[in-house]
Amino acid sequence: MIIGVEHYMIVSVVLFCLGLLGVIIRRNLIVMYMGLELMLNAANLALVSFSHFRDNLDGQVMVFFIITVAAAEVAVGLALIVALYRKRQTNDVTDLTSMKL
Amino acid sequence: MQEILFYIFSALTLLCGLLVVFNPFSRNPVTSAMFLVLTIISMSGLFVLLKAFFLAAVQILVYAGAVIVLFLFVIMLLDVKEEERRRYQKFGTFLGFAAVTGLAMLIINTINQSGAGHTLTGDGVAETKPLGKLLFTDYLLPFEIVSILLLVAMVGCILLSKREETPEAEAE
Repeated sequence: MIIGVEHYMIVSVVLFCLGLLGVIIRRNLIVMYMGLELMLNAANLALVSFSHFRDNLDGQVMVFFIITVAAAEVAVGLALIVALYRKRQTNDVTDLTSMKL
Repeated sequence: MQEILFYIFSALTLLCGLLVVFNPFSRNPVTSAMFLVLTIISMSGLFVLLKAFFLAAVQILVYAGAVIVLFLFVIMLLDVKEEERRRYQKFGTFLGFAAVTGLAMLIINTINQSGAGHTLTGDGVAETKPLGKLLFTDYLLPFEIVSILLLVAMVGCILLSKREETPEAEAE
C-alpha cells in the first residue's frame, strides 16, 4: 500500500488533537505549554507533507519560519511562567483565576 | 520499506505524544518533557521520509536541543511535586476526551472525503540547495523580520526574568 498525503494528514490531525487534549485536561501551565508545542508540530507535519506531495518547497520554508517563531514563543512564554510563579508561588491554572496579580 | 518506516515512526510519534499529555504512571512534568523529546525525534524521522532533510536536522537541533532544555530549566525552577498531589477532574477529563475525539473524527472524515491522495501525487524535492535559494530570494523579507522577532523575544525574556528593584520585591 502506497503511503499518500492522507496518511500523513491523519497522523497530523491525531497529533493535533492530542495536543489539544493536553491543553484541555492538564492543569499544569508547563504541560499545557507542551501541548501547544505538539499542536505546532502537527501543523508542521501537515505543511511538510503538502510540500512533499505537491513538489513545491514553499511549505518547507513556512515550516522553517514556524519553528523559529515557536522557539521565540517558548522563550517568552516560559519567562512569563517563571515571573508568574515568583508572584503567586504556583503554576496550576485552577489557582490562577484572578485577573489581579 | 518506506511503508514500514512510516508506520513505525507515526506509531512512535502518536504513542509518545499521548504519553506527554496523559501518562497513567507519572504526573511529573519532567517525564512529559522526556516524552516530548521522543515525539520530536520520531517526527523528524517522518520528515526524513518526506525528504525534508534540512527540516529534520533543524527539528532535532532546535526542538530537542534548545526548546526542551529550556523547558527542563524552567521545571527545575518550579515546584514539580505540587502537580503530583493534585487529581484530574473526572468530569472535565471525560468531556475533554469526548470533544477531542469528536473533532478528530470530523477532520479525518473530511480528509477521507476530499480525495487528496488522488490529486496530490508528487515525489518531493530531495535537495536542500533549492530551499536555501528560496529562503534568500523570495522569502528574504520574512527572513529578516524573523530575525528581528528573535531579537525582540530575547529582549523580552531578559526584561521579564529580571528581578524588580522595588521595595516590595526586596521584602519577599
